[in-house]
Amino acid sequence: MSKINGAQSLVNALEAAGVEVMFGIPGGAILPAYDPIFDSKIRHILVRHEQGAGHAATGYAQATGRVGVCIATSGPGATNLVTPLADAQMDSVPIVAITGQVPSLAIGTDAFQEADIRGVTMPVTKHNYLITDPKDIPRAIAEAFHIASTGRPGAVLVDIAKDALQKETTFDYPHTVSLAGYNPVIEPKIEAVRDAAALIAQSKKPVLYVGGGVIKAEAAAELMQLAQVTGIPVVTTLMARGAFPDSHQQHLGMPGMHGTVAAVTALQKADLLITLGARFDDRVTGKLSTFAPNAKIIHADIDPAEIGKNRHADVALIGDLKNTLRALVPATKVALAKSAPDLTPWLNEVYGWRKKFPLGYDKPADGSVSPQYVIERIGKISGPDTIFAAGVGQHQMWASQFIGYEKPRTWLNSGGLGTMGYAVPAAMGAKVGAPDATVWAIDGDGCFQMTNQELVTCALNNIPIKVAVINNESLGMVRQWQTLFYNQRYSNTDLHSKRIPDFKLLAEAMGCVGLRCETPGDVDKTIEAAMAINDRPVVVDFNVHRDAMVWPMVAAGTSNDEITVARSMAPVWDSQEL
Amino acid sequence: MAIHTLAVLVENSPGVLARVASLFSRRGYNIDSLAVGPTENPKVSRMTIVLNLEGHALDQVSAQLFKLVNVIGISEMKDSDSLKREILLVKVANTSATKDIVKKHNAVIADESTTTLSIEAVGQSAAIESLLNELRPQGIRELVQSGLVALERGDKTLADRTLSTMGTANESDSNSSTADYQN
Repeated sequence: MSKINGAQSLVNALEAAGVEVMFGIPGGAILPAYDPIFDSKIRHILVRHEQGAGHAATGYAQATGRVGVCIATSGPGATNLVTPLADAQMDSVPIVAITGQVPSLAIGTDAFQEADIRGVTMPVTKHNYLITDPKDIPRAIAEAFHIASTGRPGAVLVDIAKDALQKETTFDYPHTVSLAGYNPVIEPKIEAVRDAAALIAQSKKPVLYVGGGVIKAEAAAELMQLAQVTGIPVVTTLMARGAFPDSHQQHLGMPGMHGTVAAVTALQKADLLITLGARFDDRVTGKLSTFAPNAKIIHADIDPAEIGKNRHADVALIGDLKNTLRALVPATKVALAKSAPDLTPWLNEVYGWRKKFPLGYDKPADGSVSPQYVIERIGKISGPDTIFAAGVGQHQMWASQFIGYEKPRTWLNSGGLGTMGYAVPAAMGAKVGAPDATVWAIDGDGCFQMTNQELVTCALNNIPIKVAVINNESLGMVRQWQTLFYNQRYSNTDLHSKRIPDFKLLAEAMGCVGLRCETPGDVDKTIEAAMAINDRPVVVDFNVHRDAMVWPMVAAGTSNDEITVARSMAPVWDSQEL
Repeated sequence: MAIHTLAVLVENSPGVLARVASLFSRRGYNIDSLAVGPTENPKVSRMTIVLNLEGHALDQVSAQLFKLVNVIGISEMKDSDSLKREILLVKVANTSATKDIVKKHNAVIADESTTTLSIEAVGQSAAIESLLNELRPQGIRELVQSGLVALERGDKTLADRTLSTMGTANESDSNSSTADYQN
């Protein structure tokens, strides 16, 4: 076997793992790897900040289902990846991060650009490695991709000492990976499937509580079958938007803190939650002790540690969701053939709530632009084949609420970690993975100022994403909480971003087209102008009314029973509904 | 409040203790003691972890622990079917009363000077505690205790069950407690 250096072995291993693109920035410790990268068939996209590399890898992975890859040097390069690693891990997104480390003899000496990134990232990765011997590189890469992409997907970091990249070695990529302590359960137990089907066949008030796991498992078609076989209404969490078509008549929308009244209330009143790849997150359950008090729980998840973590499961279906649903659909058919309860009263009730309490918003009285309207129009004009990536805050909630999602992997956002600045780099990664799709970043003016430098990367690398900056010149969600809970004391949420920076000029300075929209009448034509540009990134500065708020809302720490549809306004129920 | 003892087989790889400690710290699980050492298999280390679980289910702790890639197997060591031992080394004033206590408790005088006795004792937690209670009035100068270690009684071994099936999923141990996780 011919001798190569560790760096070439790394690049060979990444090629063998099927990597087509990676996002990164070189530096001292990783420099040996960048020499063979120069000759590799793998496309390397030079980003402007390592955080952008990490979110781009995440956006790529969320849009394509493949493992996203980012690469950085030691010390600050590596620590800049911590946020996107934590972000990807929280949202179960498969990414692999490669970092250079100082030479093995210098490890532990506080050498220049040394950081113990394996130690730092232990709590925010699924697994990580420190490689000091070049012969370990191919195995570590093969294992990293295996761990990142199987079971519950997640983030894996491989830290490689500089001398391991420089020393001679031979390349031998393992064709199979066998890990003593890692064997995810793929098939659900058949008895549990039967128990679940039996519960479904007994339930009079069931809800399909659908989480992001359905998208990760590529199980949207199987979910549709279960919904059709049972006629049970569906809610899709923030991570699951697109797993079930918004246009489907059984869809009640998103549950949770800013969910629809129908979705939130259906969960509260249900006698059975069929939980599919969801994790009873606090943003969904509200005050946990009062969540869905009368519901039995079927909990299907590939991660056994999710079962019973927040809510006791009456039936646990541990396995890959696609397999679980493939087993559950026929089992449910059999169970329903024996006894099918009449769901009509329940369906009338939940669809009644949906009709009575639709999502909506007020047009600002002063004639300024409503942020919800902008987002709604982008969704309508760009259509359901568009991939949307949102930042975090009000615009994220509105993008979830007012854009109709029809397909999996068309809605990317930072749900678990809530990472401001996610949208632009994630949209960049998504566009690289799905170059034929229109990709819109729906961003806030606060978020945009955290990571917009990746527009330079987009402009230089022919990655023509579109960015809508929903500019309310404030940290809008924080401001909303100050309005509601801090007596309108707007401490440090005013960004002045209608004045500084000038987003149109900023966009142009970064090689993008900059557009601005300041009146409701210009919204459609500005969106259409942005849609017409496909050779460069476009940034649209939508100046919107700053006092718009996200409704409905369940205040943090309160019960879902206390949902408000507008400020201080509980839904007006018919008396028999309560 | 409930005390549980877990035997955890882990790959003998760098950082594994940090991973376990980090998990317990991050999720707010209280460790009473942790002992780690080699096993009959040089690739495998064994941790014995005594947990004080208040508000956390043992199943959840085990499931989270088992998610660590380097964790090969976990078993709860119940008092009824396992041997549990701690080691105590304690330095006490050299008096005849101290020597009497040592004799009574079947402890060993491992080192002796004119003024102090260094006493060694191995036993169950309660026995160690009882010895210490009697020694305390004699003037304890210094003491050090190991974490508890535990071994199943009888022919059954955790290592057999786990290592014989390394690398393959195995759900055949359905008769063992729900806290048992092994591949």
